[in-house]
Amino acid sequence: MSDAAPSWHDWLMSDRPASRRQAALGRAYSGWRTFTRNRLAMAGLAIILALILVAVLAGVLAPYSPYEGNLTTSRLLPPSWAHPFGTDDQGRDILSRIIYGSRITLFIVILVAVLAAPIGLLVGTAAGYAGGYVDAALMRVTDIFLAFPRLILALAFVAALGPGIQNAVIAIAITSWPPYARIARAETLTIRQTDYIAAVRLVGASPLRIVLRHVMPLCVPSVIVRVTLDMAGIILTAAGLGFLGLGAQPPMPEWGALIANGRNYVLDQWWVAAAPGAAIFVVSLAFNLLGDGLRDALDPKAER
Amino acid sequence: MAGAVGRFLVTLALTYLGLLAITFCIGRLIPVDPALAIVGDRAPEHVVRRVREELGLNLPIWRQFLIYLGNIARGDFGISTLSSNPVMTDIRRAFPATLELATLGTIIGAGIGIPLGVIAAVRRGGLADQLVRVMGLVGYSVPIFWLGLMALLVFYARLGWVAGPGRIDIAYEYTLTPVTGILLFDAAMAGEWEAFANVFSHLILPASLLGYFSLAYISRMTRSFMLNELAQEYVVAARAKGLSEARIVWRHALRNAAVPLVTVVALSYAGLLEGSVLTETVFTWPGIGLYITNSLQNADMNGVLGGTIVVGSVFIGLNLLSDLLYRLLDPRTRAR
Repeated sequence: MSDAAPSWHDWLMSDRPASRRQAALGRAYSGWRTFTRNRLAMAGLAIILALILVAVLAGVLAPYSPYEGNLTTSRLLPPSWAHPFGTDDQGRDILSRIIYGSRITLFIVILVAVLAAPIGLLVGTAAGYAGGYVDAALMRVTDIFLAFPRLILALAFVAALGPGIQNAVIAIAITSWPPYARIARAETLTIRQTDYIAAVRLVGASPLRIVLRHVMPLCVPSVIVRVTLDMAGIILTAAGLGFLGLGAQPPMPEWGALIANGRNYVLDQWWVAAAPGAAIFVVSLAFNLLGDGLRDALDPKAER
Repeated sequence: MAGAVGRFLVTLALTYLGLLAITFCIGRLIPVDPALAIVGDRAPEHVVRRVREELGLNLPIWRQFLIYLGNIARGDFGISTLSSNPVMTDIRRAFPATLELATLGTIIGAGIGIPLGVIAAVRRGGLADQLVRVMGLVGYSVPIFWLGLMALLVFYARLGWVAGPGRIDIAYEYTLTPVTGILLFDAAMAGEWEAFANVFSHLILPASLLGYFSLAYISRMTRSFMLNELAQEYVVAARAKGLSEARIVWRHALRNAAVPLVTVVALSYAGLLEGSVLTETVFTWPGIGLYITNSLQNADMNGVLGGTIVVGSVFIGLNLLSDLLYRLLDPRTRAR
């Protein structure tokens, strides 16, 4: 076993990869090595993995029901061994509600990323590859969206569509794609000059095929880094909408909504609002640390 | 230079048009029929039809949009169903409160953030550098409304250092006649120093909170601009000439970093105006953010959209203006 590890290492770090797969794995491996050296980024990754685990195992981990509490015996109890984060005005255990709330946070983050990143990729690569008027028009639209205030616009969208978690997700996605489009366009501009794109074009591939199969995959890594860096912002915006009563509706244990509920008691029963806010903070921080680490690992030139 | 200004004006016009197109669409997206909203759903058919005609709802969409643009240009945002005032009147009353808060926040943020960022760049890895890094990370990760609540809990409820939510105690509310709407000015001009102190103790907590977020951003950017400047050759030349380190840093390098800093401060100011929605809700600060939230909770679409347009316009204006300033101030982009 002890001599197997270095040989794997040698194979992966070989500067003369024998196959495409070896080259790709080797690159991923060296990126991973850079990444693991960054302790803060590893901490961020660990927290996010823990979040995913908690979300998946919420039913097992939560000590109480997130929706039902005992109004007569457990209303607004301070933190104790039985209720580590205390209970809320309906006698519900706050820890259990936060544990179930992690599902909503993950749901929002994943859905926004899945909606917004492809829009940005499509707009950016199309603009970059087509050039000319298409480029000018698409980038104008992108710039216009970039100049908009995101939170206020998301607010207005949700106001019109009606409060709810799906509408909050849609509103955040609509306002968060422009940076991805800019990045994808910048990448496309350099990729389209390369020889292999010229070769693919010579073989007779259609522009659509070139963009989808040969340009877009190369733009994905930098967009992923940017999405990771944006995750914290997405979580904060979603929590803000929840706080204003526009995101997930009661009795869903969305973290922002939990704070809004705790606001009524903050001066006397501070724990109702304190714990969910701390949860948001920890998760956003984890995404920021992870994003910084990814950026440093994938782009060594980037300023730290 | 004229080219830059021209481009700025075109971009500004297009972006405003985009904003208004979106608010127009949102206004039409609402499931409620605006005519029904006015007369109620039990009104007879012919009344509904007449109201629809009066509102211009039977015109083609593009005509409706043009009329909408005309109304907005005249400052007519419709009537608020919540206060039954014209939305513009409400906004004019609320805006100074937001302006006061965001301005003080930016002053705090720039006043501390810029020197801190400079020191962080000069002493890399030192205390100030670590501070800038941590404050930046926390600033990007903490929900502002939660931090506000916790600040209220600690500094108002427990320590009693500052006054609580709201802008001024009711006892003083009628001693001040609003002239500018900026209560600090109004109190100072009237010589009401007791009221001034009261206003200040209400203002300082939310302003410090906004100041913190602005500080986190400004200090981080200052550090990065200064690192860039300190690596330039003119710094080496100045050192070779024997200028003092302080003079090099604060007079020469900072002056060159000042150009991008102007845009950063403008952007952070715009961000604070936008963030006012959450802060003002927490502190029951009667500004435009609270106005939007209240309108939202009472399904007053005119209020929501009016507030969105005003905040959005200021945000866009500052955003693009900072871009223009950058072009005009930086000699390298000026000479083309």
